[in-house]
Amino acid sequence: MRILLLLWALSAPWAFAAEPVLTQVVAGHRLTFPADFGAHPDYRTEWWYATGWLATPEGKSLGFQVTFFRVTAAADTANPSRFAPRQLIIAHAALSDPAVGHLLHDQKSARAGFGLAYAQVGDTDVKLDDWTIKRSADGVYQTRIHGREFDLDLRLSPTQPLMLQGDNGYSRKGPEPGQASYYYSEPQLRVSGSVSRNGQRVAVNGSAWLDHEWSTRYMDTRAVGWDWVGANLDDGGALMAFQMRRADGTPLWAYASLRAASGKTTRFDNAAVQFKALRSWRSPRTGARYPVAMQLRTGSVVWQLTPLQDDQELDSRSSTGAVYWEGATTLTRDGKPVGRGYLEMTGYIKALKL
Amino acid sequence: MRLFKLNRWLVLGEWRAYPLRALTAVLAIALGVALGFAIDLINSAAYNEFSAAARSLSGQADLEVRGTQPTFDERYYPLLATRAGVGQASPMLELDASVPGQTSPLKIIGVDVMRAATMTPDLVGVPAADKPFDTLADDAIFLSPAAMTWLNTRVGNQIQLRVGSHLVSLRVAGGLMRARAGQRIGVMDIGAAQWRFQRIGQLSRVALKLTAGVNLLAFKQALEKTTQGQLQMLQSADETSRSASLSRAYRVNLNVLALVALFTGAFLVFSTQALSVIRRRSQFALLRVMGVTRAQLLRQVVLEGSLLGTLGAALGIAGGYTLAATALHFFGGDLGGGYFPGVQPTLQFAPLSASVFFALGLAVALLGSAVPAWEAARAPAAQALKSGSEEGALSRLATPWPALGLIVVGGLLTLAPPIGNLSIPGYIAVALLLIGGIALMPRLAGLTFHALQRLPTRRALVTLVVSRLANAPGQAAIALGGVLASFSLMVAMAIMVASFRVSVDDWLAHVLPADVYLRSAASGNTAALALPEQALIARTPGIARVDFLRLSQLNLDPMRPAVALIARSIQVDTAERVLPMVQSVAVPADRLPIWVSEAMVDLYGFRPGKQVRLPLAGQWRDAVVAGVWRDYARQFGAIQMRLEDYRRLTGDTAINDAGLWLHAGTTPAQAIARLKALPFGAALEYAEPGEIRTVSLKIFDRSFAVTYLLEAVAIVIGLFGIAATFSAQILARAKEFGMLRHIGVTRRQVLALLAAEGGLLTLMGMAVGFVLGWVISLILVFVVNPQSFHWRMQLHIPWGLLATVAGTLLGAAVLTALIAGRSALSGSVVRAVKEDW
Repeated sequence: MRILLLLWALSAPWAFAAEPVLTQVVAGHRLTFPADFGAHPDYRTEWWYATGWLATPEGKSLGFQVTFFRVTAAADTANPSRFAPRQLIIAHAALSDPAVGHLLHDQKSARAGFGLAYAQVGDTDVKLDDWTIKRSADGVYQTRIHGREFDLDLRLSPTQPLMLQGDNGYSRKGPEPGQASYYYSEPQLRVSGSVSRNGQRVAVNGSAWLDHEWSTRYMDTRAVGWDWVGANLDDGGALMAFQMRRADGTPLWAYASLRAASGKTTRFDNAAVQFKALRSWRSPRTGARYPVAMQLRTGSVVWQLTPLQDDQELDSRSSTGAVYWEGATTLTRDGKPVGRGYLEMTGYIKALKL
Repeated sequence: MRLFKLNRWLVLGEWRAYPLRALTAVLAIALGVALGFAIDLINSAAYNEFSAAARSLSGQADLEVRGTQPTFDERYYPLLATRAGVGQASPMLELDASVPGQTSPLKIIGVDVMRAATMTPDLVGVPAADKPFDTLADDAIFLSPAAMTWLNTRVGNQIQLRVGSHLVSLRVAGGLMRARAGQRIGVMDIGAAQWRFQRIGQLSRVALKLTAGVNLLAFKQALEKTTQGQLQMLQSADETSRSASLSRAYRVNLNVLALVALFTGAFLVFSTQALSVIRRRSQFALLRVMGVTRAQLLRQVVLEGSLLGTLGAALGIAGGYTLAATALHFFGGDLGGGYFPGVQPTLQFAPLSASVFFALGLAVALLGSAVPAWEAARAPAAQALKSGSEEGALSRLATPWPALGLIVVGGLLTLAPPIGNLSIPGYIAVALLLIGGIALMPRLAGLTFHALQRLPTRRALVTLVVSRLANAPGQAAIALGGVLASFSLMVAMAIMVASFRVSVDDWLAHVLPADVYLRSAASGNTAALALPEQALIARTPGIARVDFLRLSQLNLDPMRPAVALIARSIQVDTAERVLPMVQSVAVPADRLPIWVSEAMVDLYGFRPGKQVRLPLAGQWRDAVVAGVWRDYARQFGAIQMRLEDYRRLTGDTAINDAGLWLHAGTTPAQAIARLKALPFGAALEYAEPGEIRTVSLKIFDRSFAVTYLLEAVAIVIGLFGIAATFSAQILARAKEFGMLRHIGVTRRQVLALLAAEGGLLTLMGMAVGFVLGWVISLILVFVVNPQSFHWRMQLHIPWGLLATVAGTLLGAAVLTALIAGRSALSGSVVRAVKEDW
């Protein structure tokens, strides 16, 4: 799940506006591909979220995150202006390098239009100026990011079938059936490409995880944030787990899914999923305290989550308005490394609204 | 050391003896410096504030792209944004929204908040904490603090703005925290602005930030080429120079006027010093005899002058600053010219300008002292020791050649072209004529009074007066110079302003031939009337004929302010019926005729018959200049074309103004009442030509208010000069009066003699001053004004006003002579004569 808060979506009703009518997420809806790889402008929020681990030629590990959000804004449908803010495109990119000590990150936002920013229907094709992600017919994603401090140019090739989350892609986020999203993941993507910093281009390869999720009503009003983890296991398996938290830190809703290399999928609901903080880190910038090392239990299995570095906080208050922690994380089981992925923690500084 | 003591003693002695005279000289310089410095401070404060406000609208942009008309097609935006070398592009739609009940518009800038956030952060509204999306809302506007105060509104309220003939209501969603004080602007979403103000598909400008390493000039040229001149690229420096050129001529004009006051002050110093030197001739001669060298004496007199100058200039700088602060506090930065409306500048002490004006004040004082000092040093001591040699001291001033030389150079300078759009040669010509005229005065006075002397007269007193004036022309000239300087300047300014005012008045009568005028809004560019509304107006009973006007703007040169484009019904053969034509040529029927204002000829070379190209609705159109007309309303140029041509070429059928001719039997009031009853009629503004004329002339007078003030100051300083000179001369002539009393002339008769002398001198000064002033006014009317403001006018002489001022001056001169004479005669007659042993 992945997210971000999209403060943008908190649509304040503007006066005399004919707001666009949004489609609700319902159980039993069948996802169809390739159409569902593309954008769903009838839903309020949507994102394509790629995270992964990269190795440089010297064998050093880097974490990366590329996210494109699409938000349906409450523009009056009667406004004939091509500048009417009907759809907003927001993008975040981050590079985690322990040698730097903190996250390098950048963000952009724009209203869709004039071919400068868009999220196309039909297949994954999102653009925000010179930041792009595009899926070609053979299933390979190409993403290019030109940030202030780094450039990413990556090719993400699938090695496994899609992983539909929840009930065939219908993923509940709260006690009410409407609090849900359509959600599929592409785990175990093979990555090749380059990372450029300070004018120096370095070839990289690695593995990544891509989430695509869209919804109209995401969070229960009692939820303040969530913890999410998605990891590619060394044996070819894939693990995804999340919990929606109440203000007091107790879980409101939780879910996990473990797909073995063989394709056998096990789902865990609420009580079977448990996040437990092992160690906290306090951000010197925002003052937020994040449980950067955690213990995750799915059924009878216990996973240890250890961050690549403590400081992987991303302050996006100027685009989505959210401050969150999104970091490369190692998974161990009984002290042995079993996989690598990304951990996301939101709502630690103030309640998220979606 | 000893010499220093002597200097001090001489200076202080002189000042102690005649404190009022020294004080007058100091004050005259102080006043001149203060006025000049204050005007410069106010103008530069207003200009800086104006430029800062303009800069805050363009933000961090390297380049601003705009069209040749106020808006251009938005399809250029993606082309610009994706062009190689462009890092960021921020589109903007700028509107001058008409505000009901206000005479000035509200500037509204439609921005894409996400593009503007980095490019023009000053143009990002601050929404309420619980409504973060108001920056994208289509009913919201963010107002600068000055705009909120002006519209008397606050966050959460609605404001009404005119669009076409109806009103649109916008919610004040927040403030613009970084707007400049006094800057009245509103910011809203660009999509909302396009929609609400009926500007779908249009942009005013796109701010570009280039990627590092891109050659700005090469980029600009390539882009201009690919858009075929339909888009203009402005660097922020261009923007500054453009806004500077808006008001430069006006600012320079005011500064020159302030210098006139200073110049009159210089003359006062000259007369003070000259007379004080003459009076102390024997004193100085004594010093020379006692061993003081010429150089020391020269230094002494120059030192006195420089002390006066330093004191005056220092006082003037302090006074000027205070004056500027007071004026800015009470009247704002606009000195009546209307170039800086609504600007609230903060006063900054300007060290450079202060030093310049201080130096000017000092230089003027030194200049005033130089000739007397030179004379004092040169005088042969033995001759100077004798009484009655005063006149010889001034004989050198009577050489006419340098003065004639100055006048000739001044005359030639009037033929010179302007420098950088400023009429610098014209101003210098005025100064040279003035100096030349004053320098010629002793000679003229001598000639005139000698001629008078030859007239037969039997009365002893008259003979006395005339022979005195004829034989001591040097001293008379000093008094005359003061009269001449102030009167000629007064005459020149009065003739210029009167010519201008009468010309404007005649012009108004010509350009306002209709019975009733209506316009869609007093100001702004968002209110226009569409075809159905025009039809309703034309069909209103009682209206015989309607002349619709479409007003727009063209950017022909990125470095200059926009040119007004006026489309209206014009018959090619009878264009002079609607336009105050000054020149016209026949244009072939298949060509597009345009009629341009005189400024277009000066600024763009649009001469009659010339083929020109105009950018209309995104295309270059060939047109021929069919005529030149006079325009006092638009200094930067205006073009008129036929409404049918304009509509055919642009597809724009809206109009802003209309002139209505009524059927006989319909009064303007009836017609207005019927028009007001139309569905949109109440929102329109109506005026009869008489009202427009009154308002226009009121604006005219307001813009000349500062001119009048400066003129008055020059006259007051001139009067001071006359008073100081007369009283000094009369006091110096105490022994002469003593002698007259001894030979039986009564006190009364001596006073009459003095009054006659003063009156004759003043008359002489005024006669020459009138001629000089008339010549200067010719330069102002036919050289300075066309070069600075590109408007020409007919000469008109305000006899009544001139006579009044002349009478006042004459009276003041006679009165001063009498008062000074009374005090000169109050001493003992015997003692007065005894002085002359």
